[in-house]
Amino acid sequence: MSDILILNGRLVDPASGVEAERDLLVRRGRVAAVEAPGGLREAKAKEVIDAAGMIVAPGLVDIHVHLREPGQTYKESIATGTAAAAAGGFTSVVAMPNTVPVNDSVAGLQWMVDAARGACVKLFAMPAATFGSMGEEITDFHELQRAGAVGFTDDGKPVLHDRVMREALVAAAGIGVPVSQHAEDTRLTGGCSMNAGPVAFRLGLRGMTVEAEALIVERDIRLLKDIERSERLRAHLHVQHVSTARAMSLIRTAKAEGLHVTCEVAPHHFTLTDEAVGDYDTNAKMNPPLRAEADRLAMIAGLMDGTVDCIATDHAPHARFEKEQEFERAPNGITGLETALGLALRVLHKGQGMTVSRVMALMSAQPAGIVSLEGRGTLKVGSFADVVVFDSAAEWSFEAKRSRSKSRNTPFDGAGMVGRVMATICEGRVVYRYAAAEAKR
Amino acid sequence: MTSMTPSVHSAVESAGYAAGSLLTVADLPVVEVAAILAATDRFEQMVSTDRARTLAGRRIALLFYESSTRTRTSFELAAKSLGAITTLVSDKSSSIEKGESLKDTGLTLRALGAECIILRHANSGAPYLLARSTGLPVLNAGDGMHEHPSQALLDLRTILARLPGLRGRLINGRTLEGVTVVITGDILHSRVARSNAMLLPRLGAEVLLCGPKELLPEEALGLGEGVEIERDFDKALKRAQVVMMLRIQQERIAGLELDLADYILRYQLNEERLSACAPSALVMHPGPMIRGLEISGEVADGPNSAIEEQVRHGLAVRTALLVRALSADGFASVTV
Repeated sequence: MSDILILNGRLVDPASGVEAERDLLVRRGRVAAVEAPGGLREAKAKEVIDAAGMIVAPGLVDIHVHLREPGQTYKESIATGTAAAAAGGFTSVVAMPNTVPVNDSVAGLQWMVDAARGACVKLFAMPAATFGSMGEEITDFHELQRAGAVGFTDDGKPVLHDRVMREALVAAAGIGVPVSQHAEDTRLTGGCSMNAGPVAFRLGLRGMTVEAEALIVERDIRLLKDIERSERLRAHLHVQHVSTARAMSLIRTAKAEGLHVTCEVAPHHFTLTDEAVGDYDTNAKMNPPLRAEADRLAMIAGLMDGTVDCIATDHAPHARFEKEQEFERAPNGITGLETALGLALRVLHKGQGMTVSRVMALMSAQPAGIVSLEGRGTLKVGSFADVVVFDSAAEWSFEAKRSRSKSRNTPFDGAGMVGRVMATICEGRVVYRYAAAEAKR
Repeated sequence: MTSMTPSVHSAVESAGYAAGSLLTVADLPVVEVAAILAATDRFEQMVSTDRARTLAGRRIALLFYESSTRTRTSFELAAKSLGAITTLVSDKSSSIEKGESLKDTGLTLRALGAECIILRHANSGAPYLLARSTGLPVLNAGDGMHEHPSQALLDLRTILARLPGLRGRLINGRTLEGVTVVITGDILHSRVARSNAMLLPRLGAEVLLCGPKELLPEEALGLGEGVEIERDFDKALKRAQVVMMLRIQQERIAGLELDLADYILRYQLNEERLSACAPSALVMHPGPMIRGLEISGEVADGPNSAIEEQVRHGLAVRTALLVRALSADGFASVTV
């Protein structure tokens, strides 16, 4: 007998170009069959999910999350962070290395992805590009990749030195993984706590300029060109959480020139502007910061025209006491796993007319492709049974107090969402179910 | 007196801050400004024994994370003249040194009976945090580079008292029509500049901000209607009825290269410049001033100067602000 049979749903699988009524059979953690309605009439399964009126899509993939374990489990743990991921429809997440200690060794990486951590969705790790993320000496890319690394980054900080970044790009190119860059020239952003502009001026806060992001993106693109020319290597630069129109346009040009550049945009950067800081709301403080309306619109334009490869949350939980500080002292970051789909559907699908299939591509197939997750981000027969079932028409309000994350630092408490996750299945296991979960809360 | 409209207080309360708080001038309605100034007049004229009964026995905490002479002393003297009990907590001699958070410090003061907290803090926005965490009325006595609302109110009162023809005028959106106020110097780091530039235009004044690009970015225009930038000090002065000089804030200026000799040449207010460009302008300075840098000693002590008067108005305005903070229904309950 099979494990799960999902009937009557509308399958949206951009990777295989399917968008139609399909029934789906899951067996031993894999997609065993995808058939037109009625085609699986004979199949027997332990569990049957009636997805009538629902979208059945590949489980979402978030290539940018902070799960805070090891070292800061008062903010989040791998178990709670991945529970939040499951509730948000994600079946794969990529953990950033800025834990305590920094994930820069094979032992650290293995410990993180060990089953004993209790991850309830598939956890991948992107270890540090440099030891201790100090930006000076690159880590052992070969060994780390063999242990499962899907890319390298010093996220939270940029790799600032040209020589070190070049070395990292060359080393990563040799093994076919990206270097993910947090693009911020920190020499220009000391003491800054929000976007530079009239709002920052009025609030008396030092602002991070658009240049601070653009300069690093510009430099990295220059390095890519130089590596192609002099090393005959096709290095892969992934630009994390793009937030400015300037950086978006640099990436668009680099792509047109045929360079291997990919990028992500976070839901908050296509939803909010720096006005959301309001009365010094630390839940609107993150890095890169919320920008001006023109930048927000540039994020949407990039998402619509294909410059942006994926949506990533930059889920960054912090304890309440840390956020209940003076704005300039409070740490950067907001949670995002449970609001990403709802915001993407609200702003991009409902607001901008992007098809659900495109939204799915930006949240599953394409991010899976950036970090080369085999058999994920698609529901082709034989791939992992990573599935999200959601009601794309449901409109609801997110309530931070119901979050599965240990932390509540979100500017979207009470915000409108479009699309409700009804079930999340990871490798054939149901890891989240709406009705059952809500009844308990 | 002008009666307090209940809607004024509920607007503040709906944002989650206790009525009577003064965190910014930005959301202070002009009628509220009028009420504060009217109350200031009343308390100033009151017999001191009567005044001392106004807040007899009420507890006011002064929480100072930055040094201060004028603001602290005037708030303290104002509170004492109203009969209130004051306590001063500074970052140098309290558990703040041991790492206690602003929220916990506020809760501790509340537990000790403080009914109102006057806060001076190096971080912009700190008074909002304190007001949200304690639910108490908080008076912003200067927060980082953000605002210094009581300074703007005392500056307004000084202008009304000193400029010819303004005394006794009704306070409304046209009170300062035809008055140009030049604010010169380190605008970027100045909370006084922000509060004045946001308050004075709402009473009809034109505010000209003046200073070099490093100290006065174009974003300053976003402070609101009625704010302009004029980088040529002489040109600005020629339009001025009032000129406010600001100190260069060395403590906040980290990393900025500034040629002081050149700055003095272009922006110092000295007798020569004043008599050439604005011989009758009122000269103001929120203090502390650095004589010989942004202002010459002769001008500071000269006949145009209202600098000491500003300090006296500060005491009076802060008296009214304390009464406002500690009266559930604005000034109504203490009207005599």
